[in-house]
Amino acid sequence: MNLNFLDFEQPIAELEAKIEELRYVGDDAEINISEEIQKLQEKSRALTQAIFSKLTPWQISQLARHPQRPYTLDYVERIFTDFEELHGDRHFADDASIVGGLARLDGHPVMVIGHQKGRDTKEKLRRNFGMPRPEGYRKALRLMELAERFRLPVVTFIDTPGAYPGIDAEERGQSEAIARNLQVMSELRVPVVCTVIGEGGSGGALAIGVGDRVFMLQYSTYSVISPEGCASILWKSADKAQEAAEALGITADRLLELGLIDGVIEEPLGGAHRDVETMAQRIRRRLVTELETLRAVPVDQLLESRYRRLMGYGRYQVKE
Amino acid sequence: MSWFEKLMPSRIRTEGGNKRNVPEGLWTKCDACGSILYRAELERNLDVCPKCNHHMRIGARRRLDIFLDPEPREEIGAEVEPIDILKFKDSKKYKDRLAQAHKATGETDALVVVQGELEGMPLVACAFEFRFMGGSMGSVVGERFVRAVNRCLEGNLPLVCFSASGGARMQEALFSLMQMAKTSAVLARLRRAGLPYVSVLTDPTMGGVSASLAMLGDILIAEPGALIGFAGPRVIEQTVREKLPEGFQRSEFLLEHGAIDMIVDRRELRTKVARLLALLTHRPPRQPAAPPPAEEGDTAGQEAGQAD
Repeated sequence: MNLNFLDFEQPIAELEAKIEELRYVGDDAEINISEEIQKLQEKSRALTQAIFSKLTPWQISQLARHPQRPYTLDYVERIFTDFEELHGDRHFADDASIVGGLARLDGHPVMVIGHQKGRDTKEKLRRNFGMPRPEGYRKALRLMELAERFRLPVVTFIDTPGAYPGIDAEERGQSEAIARNLQVMSELRVPVVCTVIGEGGSGGALAIGVGDRVFMLQYSTYSVISPEGCASILWKSADKAQEAAEALGITADRLLELGLIDGVIEEPLGGAHRDVETMAQRIRRRLVTELETLRAVPVDQLLESRYRRLMGYGRYQVKE
Repeated sequence: MSWFEKLMPSRIRTEGGNKRNVPEGLWTKCDACGSILYRAELERNLDVCPKCNHHMRIGARRRLDIFLDPEPREEIGAEVEPIDILKFKDSKKYKDRLAQAHKATGETDALVVVQGELEGMPLVACAFEFRFMGGSMGSVVGERFVRAVNRCLEGNLPLVCFSASGGARMQEALFSLMQMAKTSAVLARLRRAGLPYVSVLTDPTMGGVSASLAMLGDILIAEPGALIGFAGPRVIEQTVREKLPEGFQRSEFLLEHGAIDMIVDRRELRTKVARLLALLTHRPPRQPAAPPPAEEGDTAGQEAGQAD
């Protein structure tokens, strides 16, 4: 089994393996098998298309957490120039599960903030699997306020399983840190554009996710609770995660339908990790366009429409 | 257990069966110290155990009833009612859960908002009904809270909120998460308008409610022994794989860690909140203040002197 492929991608993995084999043979054999390879590649493409055209929410949530999925810094280096990372919350520590700093987008200075997961075991631990503690959120807050003072738009990338559920995090006020960010972001006097690039894990995601525009990559997820968590609470069994994923409506398409996000950024065939460069350019184009629009809006008007948008969240009936 | 009961096979033993013979509701047991308490007396004591001071959970209506002056009272946002937009179904349908919660509590959702007075001072007070789906915050709770704050903004009124909630309402999925942003944003307006917001954290205040409206008070008060935090203790225990410290996430723990301003006994909440609001809004004290005892001032002076 090829670990670079998820369960449901195994047929693709098998085809790809066959192609690799043929290539290997082709190198030292006289017979021309390039035609055969080409045929198989087409087949693989068609198969991928077929599989990816009907992904279940649960499969999408696996893609969102794919070990090779690009993380914030993978995009930062491809989308921005002059990135200068800034560290620390000035109170307690520098939380590596949130990164942020000054950068240029299409020449214009901006503030970039995002959750950051680790690639190898050591980095995973250092980044705490992308689960911030209060100091992470307070660093983000500090950077956002810095951006506001210097009239720099804020661009955030969301990719976290959730805020860290740890003793120390609670001791230092996880709730307060998240709540404060929500409040400050709601009236930050610069454009804020948020993009969910992987996992949008509940309050831990929302804490850098209040803005004028919220986008999601096609195979990212955004949810009030992880499918596993929801299943173990409501179904009393983590095995029901697939059903929970379905019920929670965590996918980009569903959330767009429900009017909870502003747009879906299409991923390359097979997911963002299959072609990071293309993915980065698509995000870049979207950010450039949106910021151009938002920059032109007078600040008071920007804040008013952000406020109206926040007040519009929720579905209920009014009985007279 | 008597020798006779021991003789009986456990199958036919009915544990505690005779306890049920006591007339319903006349006596009650304290969860904390196990004392058997006379219901009427407990109620007079605002559901605080007279033996061990344990603050029992109380419903939203009762909470507002014991907090506000008897008159005037006007409910806000009752017309806002839940709908099952996602047709959510887990082991039970959300619709059925709503109906069940309504039957059990008489409420249509987990937040009750009332405009009233506290010691003659007009204000808006809201309280979570924990028995309504764990006091979870969905669209209706968010909207009622927004209407509460808007009433404050219109009438220049302070806001008091008693939270008791397990967090966001899963059955409303991302809509419920967004209520965190919505309530936090409306509180930003209240703050900008210079109107005070006292948030009273009662047992339990967790998750999405804790990480939004509950922690954004100008003054944070907790009832004694309340469980307050972001992640639930069980989740934390599973994550860190160690035993949680004694009293973890309880009011006293929060006070010690600088997360809240004070812990106030339920029986003193009215007086305390009234005094705080009067101070914040430049109102004269309700009763003419007694001049501070001279010794106290002197002591303070001495201490300051010593510090130098």
